[in-house]
Amino acid sequence: MSRKTLLNSKDIEIILHRLACQLIENHNDFSDTVLIGLQPRGSFLANRLADLLKNHYNIKDLKLGLLDITFYRDDFRRREAPLAATSTEIDFLIEDKKVVIIDDVLFSGRSIRAALTAIQSYGRPENIELLVLIDRRFSRHLPIQPDYRGRQVDAINEERVLVSWKETNKKDAVYIEQT
Amino acid sequence: MDKLSVEHLLGIKYLNANDIDLIFKTADHFKEVINRPIKKVPSLRDITIANLFFENSTRTKLSFELAEKRLSADVINFSAGQSSVKKGETLIDTVNNILSMKVDIVVMRHGSVGAGVFLSKHVDAKIINAGDGTHEHPTQALLDSYSIREKLGSVKGKKIVIVGDILHSRVALSNIFALQLQGAKVKVCGPTTLIPKYISSLGVEVETNLKKALEWCDVANVLRVQNERMDINFFPSTREYTQLFGINKDILDNLGKKIVIMHPGPINRGVEITSDVADSDDSIILNQVENGVAVRMAVIYLLAQQIKR
Repeated sequence: MSRKTLLNSKDIEIILHRLACQLIENHNDFSDTVLIGLQPRGSFLANRLADLLKNHYNIKDLKLGLLDITFYRDDFRRREAPLAATSTEIDFLIEDKKVVIIDDVLFSGRSIRAALTAIQSYGRPENIELLVLIDRRFSRHLPIQPDYRGRQVDAINEERVLVSWKETNKKDAVYIEQT
Repeated sequence: MDKLSVEHLLGIKYLNANDIDLIFKTADHFKEVINRPIKKVPSLRDITIANLFFENSTRTKLSFELAEKRLSADVINFSAGQSSVKKGETLIDTVNNILSMKVDIVVMRHGSVGAGVFLSKHVDAKIINAGDGTHEHPTQALLDSYSIREKLGSVKGKKIVIVGDILHSRVALSNIFALQLQGAKVKVCGPTTLIPKYISSLGVEVETNLKKALEWCDVANVLRVQNERMDINFFPSTREYTQLFGINKDILDNLGKKIVIMHPGPINRGVEITSDVADSDDSIILNQVENGVAVRMAVIYLLAQQIKR
């Protein structure tokens, strides 16, 4: 198994700042916008972006929620290992809000499909955008594309993209693993 | 992730501590779901569930039906009162007829002990026991423990007394199994005529003095006197029962501590519990009902996960 580093912590920091600025460009003061991180892995990116927006770019009133999509997935009963849910933490309504769904890697698009269904349980948003750190193009099963992307990767299907966050794996990095 | 060690939910005695832990963790997520503006998830879109109630039920039947609908399952209902059972059909025939309509899960309440176990050996569907005679009522015990865990943080090490008609109660037996699995201490309290003869073999102590029992416990789970199951007089009069085993505000005020009051319903107000106690802040009776939906969603979800097409 070989592993090569796609992004190091410096690269990730630059990308996070760029993504934050792109969000500000489109959402101004975020008064009608909510950020929704997909549990479990998208929540690290969402928390990081929210921190940056609040503390570095002085966005005062930022709403951040974490959404678990386990009960909305289309592979229930189709896989060997049971699906384990994580918590959903959304303490506001998204009625008429602009929603930005945040996940670390966009691969088949099925998680995002599930998230689009799940988010409707909290109201009817004005619109929904998608932000991902890594966009694995050519791997899509559904017609879903990101509005904001950190880095586009042309990894082939046998390769795995691993995102490591310092909160859980000591350092920020993105690797491509050949199995 | 873990999965349940059982293929059906026939009774608490077939479960282990990990199963209960898994059910509660899953129920936590469903409790969040049922407090959303839209209280429904699409997980069980392609699952059909039959609710077979050969005995009367309001709460349990509604709770199961709601849990199933919140998971997006298709639901069919059956009550013995309006069915061909009265025309002489056997249980297996009734159920097999229903299963020919491609049902995946059967939720059954039946007056006979072991009806669920019997059915699980003869039909090809997941069986959930919603009460079999005076034997077990596993989802009630699970939601009772879940409510204690929610109120007191955990069940382990807590002292729980079950008060009332233990002899005819499936809730009592399932509760004893569930509480002991989670490391709680259990006593029962009631007239000696309504305490099963071999209860001590379950490691349960008997206390016939209500005041002493309440002084000992953290939680009192109060049961109804099941007059409909009594073929003889087990105590002289309802008034005497109420005087000796009825819980009222005076007794609780004189304990010198707060205890949690539970009741699986239906309540006979003024008999086993007075209205001011049932409606007080110490009572978690309505929380039990809410938690019942979340816990049943968890059980159905975890069993449905095992169904292969």
